[in-house]
Amino acid sequence: MELRVGIDIGSTTVKVTVLDEQDQLLFRSYERHFSKTRERAAQTLRSIQDLLSGKQVHMVITGSAGLGVSKASGIDFVQEVYATAAAVNRFIPNTDAVIELGGEDAKIIFFGGALEERMNGSCAGGTGAFIDQMASLLNLTIDELDELSLKHEKIYPIASRCGVFAKSDIQPILNQGGRKEDVAASIFQAVVDQTVAGLTQGRELKGKIVFLGGPLHFLRGLRERFIDTLKLDGEHAVFPEDGDCFAAMGAALCSAEYPARPFEECLRLLEESVDAAGALDVMPPLFADQAEYDAFLSRHNASHPPEADLNSYSGDAWLGIDAGSTTTKMVLIDLQGGILYNYYHSNQGNPVSIVLEQLKEIYNHCGDRVTIKGAAVTGYGEDLIKNAFQCDLGLVETMAHYKAAAHFNPDVDFIIDIGGQDMKCFKIRNGAVDSIMLNEACSSGCGSFIETFAKALDYDIASFSKLGLFSPRPVNLGSRCTVFMNSSVKQAQKDGASVEDISAGLSISIVKNAVYKVIRAASADDLGKHIVVQGGTFLNDAVLRAFEQELGRDVVRPTIAGLMGAFGAALAARDLKLERSNLLSETALQSFLHNAKPATCGLCTNHCSLTVNQFDGGRRFISGNRCSRPLGKEKQQLPDLGLYKYQKLRTMEGKGSGTGVRGKIGIPFGLNMYENLPFWYEFFTRLNFEVVLSPESSRKLYLKGQHTIPSDTVCYPAKLLHGHVEALLEMGVDAIWYPCMSYNYDEGIGDNHYNCPVVAYYPELLAANIPQLKETRFLNPYVGLWRHKSFARRIAQIMAQEFSIPRHECFAAAKAAYAGYDSYVEDLRKTGREYITYARKNHLPILVQAGRPYHIDPEINHGINDLITGQGFVLITEDALSYLEGYESRKVLNQWTFQSRMYNAARYVCTQPDMQLIQLVSFGCGTDAITADEVRFILEQGGKLYTQLKIDDINNLGAVKIRIRSLMAAMEARNTGK
Amino acid sequence: MAELKYDKTGRLLFTKEMKNEYTLLAPQMLPDHFAMVVEIVRSYGYKVEMLENTGRSVIDAGQKYVHNDACYPAILVIGQLISAIQSGKYDPHKVALVITQTGGGCRASNYIHLLRKALEKAGLAYVPVISLNLSGLEKNPGFQLTIGMLRKVVFALIYGDLLLCISNQVRPYELTPGATDAAVQECMDYLLREMAQGRGMSFKTMEANFDRITASFKAIPVSNEEKVKVGVVGEIYVKYAPLGNNGLCDFLLSEGAEPVVPGVIDFIIFKINNREVDVDIYGGKKVKERFCHWLQTYVMKYQHAMIDALKRSGFRAPGDFNELHSYIKGYLGDGNKMGEGWLLTAEMLELINTGIPNIVCTQPFGCLPNHIVGKGMIRKLKDDYPWSNIVAIDYDPGATKINQENRIKLMLANARALQKEQAEHKESEEKDPAAV
Repeated sequence: MELRVGIDIGSTTVKVTVLDEQDQLLFRSYERHFSKTRERAAQTLRSIQDLLSGKQVHMVITGSAGLGVSKASGIDFVQEVYATAAAVNRFIPNTDAVIELGGEDAKIIFFGGALEERMNGSCAGGTGAFIDQMASLLNLTIDELDELSLKHEKIYPIASRCGVFAKSDIQPILNQGGRKEDVAASIFQAVVDQTVAGLTQGRELKGKIVFLGGPLHFLRGLRERFIDTLKLDGEHAVFPEDGDCFAAMGAALCSAEYPARPFEECLRLLEESVDAAGALDVMPPLFADQAEYDAFLSRHNASHPPEADLNSYSGDAWLGIDAGSTTTKMVLIDLQGGILYNYYHSNQGNPVSIVLEQLKEIYNHCGDRVTIKGAAVTGYGEDLIKNAFQCDLGLVETMAHYKAAAHFNPDVDFIIDIGGQDMKCFKIRNGAVDSIMLNEACSSGCGSFIETFAKALDYDIASFSKLGLFSPRPVNLGSRCTVFMNSSVKQAQKDGASVEDISAGLSISIVKNAVYKVIRAASADDLGKHIVVQGGTFLNDAVLRAFEQELGRDVVRPTIAGLMGAFGAALAARDLKLERSNLLSETALQSFLHNAKPATCGLCTNHCSLTVNQFDGGRRFISGNRCSRPLGKEKQQLPDLGLYKYQKLRTMEGKGSGTGVRGKIGIPFGLNMYENLPFWYEFFTRLNFEVVLSPESSRKLYLKGQHTIPSDTVCYPAKLLHGHVEALLEMGVDAIWYPCMSYNYDEGIGDNHYNCPVVAYYPELLAANIPQLKETRFLNPYVGLWRHKSFARRIAQIMAQEFSIPRHECFAAAKAAYAGYDSYVEDLRKTGREYITYARKNHLPILVQAGRPYHIDPEINHGINDLITGQGFVLITEDALSYLEGYESRKVLNQWTFQSRMYNAARYVCTQPDMQLIQLVSFGCGTDAITADEVRFILEQGGKLYTQLKIDDINNLGAVKIRIRSLMAAMEARNTGK
Repeated sequence: MAELKYDKTGRLLFTKEMKNEYTLLAPQMLPDHFAMVVEIVRSYGYKVEMLENTGRSVIDAGQKYVHNDACYPAILVIGQLISAIQSGKYDPHKVALVITQTGGGCRASNYIHLLRKALEKAGLAYVPVISLNLSGLEKNPGFQLTIGMLRKVVFALIYGDLLLCISNQVRPYELTPGATDAAVQECMDYLLREMAQGRGMSFKTMEANFDRITASFKAIPVSNEEKVKVGVVGEIYVKYAPLGNNGLCDFLLSEGAEPVVPGVIDFIIFKINNREVDVDIYGGKKVKERFCHWLQTYVMKYQHAMIDALKRSGFRAPGDFNELHSYIKGYLGDGNKMGEGWLLTAEMLELINTGIPNIVCTQPFGCLPNHIVGKGMIRKLKDDYPWSNIVAIDYDPGATKINQENRIKLMLANARALQKEQAEHKESEEKDPAAV
């Protein structure tokens, strides 16, 4: 029998194995290919010529990037999961499941009975690539990350869906001083959760589990997290010696079924295919020639601050600090805004020490000649830095950027800032920040993405982006999230795009992402006439050029585009006109000490992950909190209708006015039950059932049900239902009531009164995916509530069938249920009116939180309501106002009951000068793709600001805070403007 | 030139004058079906064209003018319409757009509104949009769906289903490449000629036409090699439109598989049936219930004729709507009607039960009903039919073909292993019947 060769070409590595007749491994290799897949594979084969030359070999290619190579070369292909299963069957018999992580793929293969194979969906994103990204974010090598993770003390919750989400979770932890050891372990835990949640889909991971793939082969910390999470012992967790190249071994095994060829022919096929290029989707070049580029440069270099020199300057100065998500920027200015000193550097996960070092440096330069008269700080690390160094002012980023932009162009009406991690755009109207657009967690593929990509291709960022400037055919990579872009790049490489074309393509993608995904503009006029761009990413000429090309107009990029936040902060410090600054003096810095400890707040059910920062002289700063209680201050509770509603609904359990003799009926407390519970509570207690509610939502409850979620892209409120139902099962109820409802109440304010498909039919999904539900009475019939008589007839039929309840009893209970619901609604509206009166008496602004009824769940809104009332707003929910407006035809089909309420609430808010509205949107909510534009349209027509808060299972309130503070700043500016 | 007229809600109407001056543009979904429908609409005096533009300009226009979180079909359909208007091929002041509207609780009912918003953004607010629906939404003086026209449309859809079903059974095995497509074209030309002369629209002539069609496919020489059969189900647009599913059927063919794509007429019957079920569950007018029942029976009569013709000629025939319906007991309620509703699960069940356990379940990324009736049911299907081999594929502007194809290849590898196993099993059974 001939030798068998398996080549596994993955997203980042090439693995080559050679097996002999006895399935002995004669050769194996595992090498990064830096996107040169075909070359790498051919090179490796050439290196083992001695072994193979002159022989007949069976050769098969596998792997996610192998398909293209296979097609181009004519060498046979087997699907990689299939190959892996073949290798496991041969080498590790009696395996129950395989978990394999690759550069970008995550797979689980279930053995035992019929073979079941799962791969990550197009959303779940990379795993190995994700760890790479996270390591570079922490400025660590992969090995260092692994080493650190073994010394963790606590695990932070980090979103486990995709890399981009996790990034926005990790950043605040770092900025608030979280330990790198803990973050490292949390990153691995996120990978574990993602794999378990995304891929098991209702099938339990148990028995003997084999772990394969590069990351699991090399990273002990990651192994530890898997073993811990799945509660495995040594016998049941198998990490085979060649676990990093099992797919290649499987391919070699499978190759026996394909014809053999002389080795030289195989090599020739592979090498000759190297230059075969597919059809590339290309775009016009960024610059036609050097002259065009020069003109471009000189135009932009004209916008610069006045000249200043710290070494010769004497007098007053003001300091601005921008503690951004990945970089720290500092600027010292004179009275005219001339820059005396500036600093821009990656904060390497520790902004405090960087600011300390730079501050010493600045004092050193200043000597006795220069006096710092004020210091201001902005950015993600604002609170921490402000407290650490006793800055005079902290200001929200949007204001800082506006101040800076206005310095260069007082007429500026649109600012776009693309930083390493985040993207901020806002319009300026009447001298105030208006309609802020931030990149939502799903599209934050900003500057750091190019950087990571450059690294992956073995370039530094500056030379990588320069490569794209004169690319004759930039490749079109689409405008979605980074994970998708990774795959697009893979495909482009497969089709023969050069690094130059990809570099240019990435720059254009970032711009398209900003323009179409974040700003959602149809034309340049949508943005404004005077556009100022800033942020480190715009220092990249390719990105700037792409932006101008996309908009078809020139914009202003100040030479200090990367420092604008700090510059704006310095200007704000100057405008404080202080006699002297509070900033820590040069002597005080000598004894500066800082350490940070993680803690969990136990003062309420939010269980905020706190970071306690301690400084010299007993100064303390606590971050991660939503309210003021962990700071030792009593929480001042302003009226909060969401909270009122939530508490009222939670009381709706027990026997009520009945006896409870018919048994316990469980109701899962989620989705539409937040609206329909008062109805069912009254109905079932009248029928002498005892109503049992599932516990309050929590992360823990979510994890309890996580393994039965079949669709990882459904919204978080729906995912929570799995945990609720499992909890009810444990509570020992006699039946669970969760009816399917295509329609909700008809309130006469829309064209129809549907529920969304997920709300309507989720009970059926639960029935099909939670095996234990078969052991209980899970009642999920179709009912509609809006035709009272028809409902009574139908429910009587159901109740007779299920519980033999007489018809007349049901009729009476139905009648009582309608009355119970009506009085709940009436109470809600009345309380809303009281809160509004209270606000007006006390001159407090009113914020209307518009979303779905279930958005008042603290686990879904992550305590946004506390943040809102904490900022001095009285909070009212949309359903307490929607009845105040009647039906009006909309520009969209207004066909969902809950969504109709938001339109009406928005219309009402437009008539009230002291009200503002924010819309809560759950990630993955399809209907809000429609409502968001419409609510924005209504509010903007009424002269109001539109603010949208997109929420998921992420606990990061940083972006929410920016929006709410910007909204307040804008409201203040409007009020003083009057 | 026709004057722009609006109704009292401010909606731009398609007027009678426009009927004479304007060209109606319709997006593509089912190439053969729609081609015939277009011909029928033409015969009623409209100028109408089905768009065939594809490529990046379509996706670009869609992403530019439609909220990017909207479903992929909306982005494609609207992108196709707008990029056609902007292509310079038509006088923008002399075109109107046609789009279907199902009126269900899925966000797809909002496509027409997203289209109008998109037109406004593109500075084309003067282009009238016509809603094609059976719910009585949005009437236009210049465009009317008459009973006669509807009847012909139903005929065209059934002819289309027959061609779809039969050509998929022949194409993978044809000995002369292109023979099947030529037969499809020949049959369509014939049917359109007939229709233009008002023929082929009675039950009798329809049956005769069915036999004519089956005969012409029967005449195509085929090989008798065994190929893996792969069912294609999903959200209606990405299930059928090659633009939406990256040419899924062609890909399956190139991989040596036989695509099995359930027809569209079940979807029509499903939407009629929903109304009857609604009255049953929620109350309402009995008259409506009876009318829907009658209508369903009427359409099913033609469905039966098609099934019989397939059986007569020895082709594999799908079950009728009632048979499909019978499969979903224990899976979903009759009331599950948004999007493809229970029909999607029923189609998977039918495929599995008729020896086609290999299925591609297509959906736009984040499709709301498919969370439930597609991905949400796969677990249970796997429990009940352990050998079922279903892969769910998401489509959106960012998803790359390479990822999708890789996942489909995995399903195909499984399918082949299963086929081999079955063949071996069969062989050993034949050798030693006692061992079973």
